[in-house]
Formats: sequence, C-alpha cells, structure tokens
Amino acid sequence: MKRAFAPLLMLLGLTALVVLPLAGDNYIIRLATNMLMYSVLGLSWNFIGGYTGYPSFATSAFFGLGAYAGAISQGHGVPMVLAWGIGAVVATSFAGLLGFVLLRLRGHYFAIASLVVAEVLREVVNSATDFTGGGMGLNLPILRIDVDRLAELFYYSMLSLALITLATTVIVSRHRLGFGLRCIQQNEDAANILGVDTTLYKNFAFMLSAVFVGAAGAFYASWVNYIDPTDVFDILLSVQPIVMVLLGGPGTVFGPIIGAVAYLALEEIMLSNLLSFHSGLLGLIIVILIFFLPNGLFGLSWKRLKRWMGISSAEEAA
Amino acid sequence: MLTVQILINGLLLGGLYACIAAGFSLVWGVLNIINILHGSFIVLGSYIAYFAYIYLGIHPFLMAPFAGLALFGLGYLLQRGIINYVVTAPVLVTLTLTFGLDLLLNNGMLQAFTADYRKVNLTHPLGNWFVGDIVVPLDRLAAMLLSLLFVLVLWWVLRTFRIGRAIVAVRMDREAAALMGVKVAQIYAVTFGIGAVMAGTAGSLLSVIFPISPLASIAYLGKAFVVCVLGGLGSIPGVIIGGFALGIIESFGALYFGSEHALTVSFVLLIVLLVVRPTGIMGRKGYE
Repeated sequence: MKRAFAPLLMLLGLTALVVLPLAGDNYIIRLATNMLMYSVLGLSWNFIGGYTGYPSFATSAFFGLGAYAGAISQGHGVPMVLAWGIGAVVATSFAGLLGFVLLRLRGHYFAIASLVVAEVLREVVNSATDFTGGGMGLNLPILRIDVDRLAELFYYSMLSLALITLATTVIVSRHRLGFGLRCIQQNEDAANILGVDTTLYKNFAFMLSAVFVGAAGAFYASWVNYIDPTDVFDILLSVQPIVMVLLGGPGTVFGPIIGAVAYLALEEIMLSNLLSFHSGLLGLIIVILIFFLPNGLFGLSWKRLKRWMGISSAEEAA
Repeated sequence: MLTVQILINGLLLGGLYACIAAGFSLVWGVLNIINILHGSFIVLGSYIAYFAYIYLGIHPFLMAPFAGLALFGLGYLLQRGIINYVVTAPVLVTLTLTFGLDLLLNNGMLQAFTADYRKVNLTHPLGNWFVGDIVVPLDRLAAMLLSLLFVLVLWWVLRTFRIGRAIVAVRMDREAAALMGVKVAQIYAVTFGIGAVMAGTAGSLLSVIFPISPLASIAYLGKAFVVCVLGGLGSIPGVIIGGFALGIIESFGALYFGSEHALTVSFVLLIVLLVVRPTGIMGRKGYE
C-alpha cells in the first residue's frame, strides 16, 4: 500500500505547489518561497552531512559566496538568471578547492574548520570594500515589473531549483555514488579498502552540497535586493539546514523537505509571538529535537522522554 | 623597542588566553565534546564580576573564584540533566546540542543584559609600570598572572587529587576507567563543571580588560579553538603554550594587518594548522 501511496502524495504535493500562487496572497507566496529555499539548503547539506556523515558547517560560506557572486555580476550588467548560475559555479569551485584541503580532516576538526571558513570569508568580504561594498552591503538593480508578477517569478524559480535539487538527491541516492557515500558514513577506512575512492566521493558530495546553495544565495540576493556580510554569511544559515535534516531524518530523500516544512511551521507559529527571542527559540528547538527526537519527527523517543521525566530508571545512561 | 612592547602585550594577552582555553580543552579532551557554550560561559562570568563590582564593590579579581563556583553549578547541571544523555553520540549531535544550548543562553543574556558594551571601571586602578619606553599595564599583568595561577591550580588538581586522576583516567580510556570503579557519568559532569569554572574565572578576570557583551562570546570561543589547535588538544602545558603563541601572533598580526583583522588572522592560522599539523605544537595524547 505504501508503495502506491507515496507517488500519489508526491503528485498531490507538487500540484499544490504549482497552483499555489493562484490561490495565495503575497504573504503565503513569500512563506512558500522561503520554505523552498530552506528545502534547498537542507537537501544540499544532506549530501555531505546526511549521506556522507561529515558534520559540515560550511553552508553559510557557500550561500554567502553565491549571494555575493550573483550580486556583483548582476551589478555589472549580467542578466539575473545567468547571475544565479555564476553564483552556483563560484560556490562549487570554492567547495572543490576547500574540500581538497578540509576533507582530510575528520569529526570535530572538520566541523570546526568548516565553521571557521565562513567566518573568515565574512571578514574578507567585509574588508574588500571596493569590490563588495564591505559592511555597507550591496544594492542590486530592481526589476521593473509588477510586484505580484515578481513574487510569482521568484516563487517558480525557487520551486524549479528545489525540484532540481530533489531530482539530484534521488539520482545520487540510487547511483553508486550514493552507495559509496553511505559506505563512507558507515566506516570510511573500510570503504577505502573495499575500493571506494573516498577522496573523490567526499569531494563530490561536498561540491554537491555547495552548487544549489550557491544558486540559492544568488537567488536570495536578487530576491531581497540588498545583501550585507552579516546577513548572508550568518552562522545560523549553517545550523538551520542541519536542524531541518535532523528533524526530517538524515540520509533520506524526502527527510530534508519534511524537516524544512516542519521547521518553518514551528518558526512561523512561535516567531510571531517571540520576535526578540529568535535565536533562543532555534536553540530550544535544537535541544528538544536532539533530546526527544533523536531519529527525527518519525522516531520520537518515548523511552527517553519517560526516563528524563524520572518515570523509569535513570541511571543506565552514561 | 616597538617589538618588545608588542611582545609584552602579546604575553599579557597570552596568559588570559590560556585561561580561556583551559576549560574548553579539558571538556573536549575528556568528554570528546566541542562545547560551543564556552564563550557564553565566559561572558556570564564577566557579568557576574561586573554586577558584583557595581552593587557589592567586590573587586573582579577577588570575585573570580566565586564566579567560577557559580558556573560550576550551571555546568554540572547542564551536563547531568541534558548533555550526558547524548555524550556518546556522533560529533554532529553533541556539537549541534551545545550550539542550541548556547543560542538559548546567549539570547537569554541579550534579553537580560541587552547588547550594550559595559566595562568595569576600577575606582583604584593599579596604573602602569614604565621600564624605559615600555609600558606594562599593571591591571593586565595581575589578571594575566592570576589566570595563569588558575590554570596551574587546575593542572595540580588533575595531577594530584583523586578526582583529577579519575578525570585523566576517563580521558585515557573510558571503559577501563569504568572497570576500575570510576563513575564515568559523574566524572563527565564534574569535568564539564570544571570547564565552566575555568570559563567563569577567565570571564571575571577579563571583565577589567575587555568590554562585556553577549556579542563577545563568539570571539572568546574562536580564541579557545585556536589555542587548542595551536597547543594541541588535551594538555595543560599545551594550553599555556598555545595561549602565549596566540597572544603573540595576534599582537603582531594587529601590527601588520590592523587590529580589526586580529581574529581573521588567527582563524586563517587555525585552518592552516588544522591541515598541516592537527596535533598542535605540543601534540601528545593523554591529559597530563
């Protein structure tokens, strides 16, 4: 039954997404565009973090690079869609170079190094004032079309990007690449001995985790018309995708999307009441998530909930 | 002359950096957890010292052990109540969890204390000591000596006391330590508490030197990272050497690249070091 049910559900969801702009007002469209962007970030992180098991915190580095590459090329008269492509290319090439250096590290060291890269990039962009506008930020040319059409344009572009990312995930998960990445996640040394070219595979996963994020960054720049370093190199952009994927289930095809929807819903409901406690709220979600939902939304750990409440024996956890 | 002055500035900073990183390194080494909370712990220690000075008139240097004690409670409870349940989970989980806790604590401090930069203005500053052309700010010197003292006390505790030996044993081999009758969960909580103590004392000492704001926590955390990687993970001498190395590098970096890029310089250094020599200058296993 499950086998017949899933494609039907997907078809239904896709139809709903395609016709959404006809029904919704601008607020809904904006929210949906945001949701799709989060999905892209989550799906992208899933390649390196979910399948390969490398705790990458470099998402914001790719996003910021894509945003600045797109914004600068648009400022020099490059058409918008081409600028998104440039964003993707720049982020991917950077990931390729970075991966060559960083992917030799494992565990904590990899996590820290990838975290620090975004900080360094932000400072570099901040100080390269001539080129990037520095801390003043960068304004993008405004498209001279109707506001409603504009919202729809961005919505459908983001939808396309999300679908491409999803399709790539499906292909990778069924391809030998996905199999190899899962092997690396299980045991890298063993995978290496069995003939998986771990260096190549890891690098490929890292670049996959950058390409769509770079495009999304460039897209974001065109969408909001103004970017500055603290906005697009925000460390929360690295953490949110991780939270989403953990919510939905890491190393699965649809987990990141489910996580993105759930995360955005949580944020939207609670944020309107707690505006000044935004990042604290994210913290709370993380703590609850890791504590009670170690296997994502579909694996609520009642045992742990009970144990923590002191209902069953407490001392077994060490 | 300028070189000597910068060297002295670097050494004065370095002692403080050792104190900033000691607890972080201990927690990382023993629990195998990157404690993102560490920066916010330091800031909280600074606030404790600040309010104690404003309302009670207690000198921050005197307050340092008590700020540490207060943070011990917080750290112990956080580890026992929350972190301990996932302490053996993969890096991603523990790192994300401490990140989440940090977001909570940091945002809580922002709400309580606002983002305004505050500073402890001592009514009786110690002034400066002039040696020829060289200026040695005595408050900084005192803070640096005290922080080194605290780091050495930690070393002494780890080397001689029963609890210290138990911590070292857990660090070396968790299973073997458990077989020898060490209560691992208890040791984890105490270690995390001690990490918080070091953060609290460091924060107190720093409150007379640097402006206090929740926004400063990231910079402290970054410095703790760099010191650990510079000096090698999990050794007190490594932390001291790493601290001094970072202090000197930052001071000279500020001279050549401008002081606003000091953190960037140390981060670039961090990445290079991670790739070239991830075991650090003093790289050695075991918490001794």
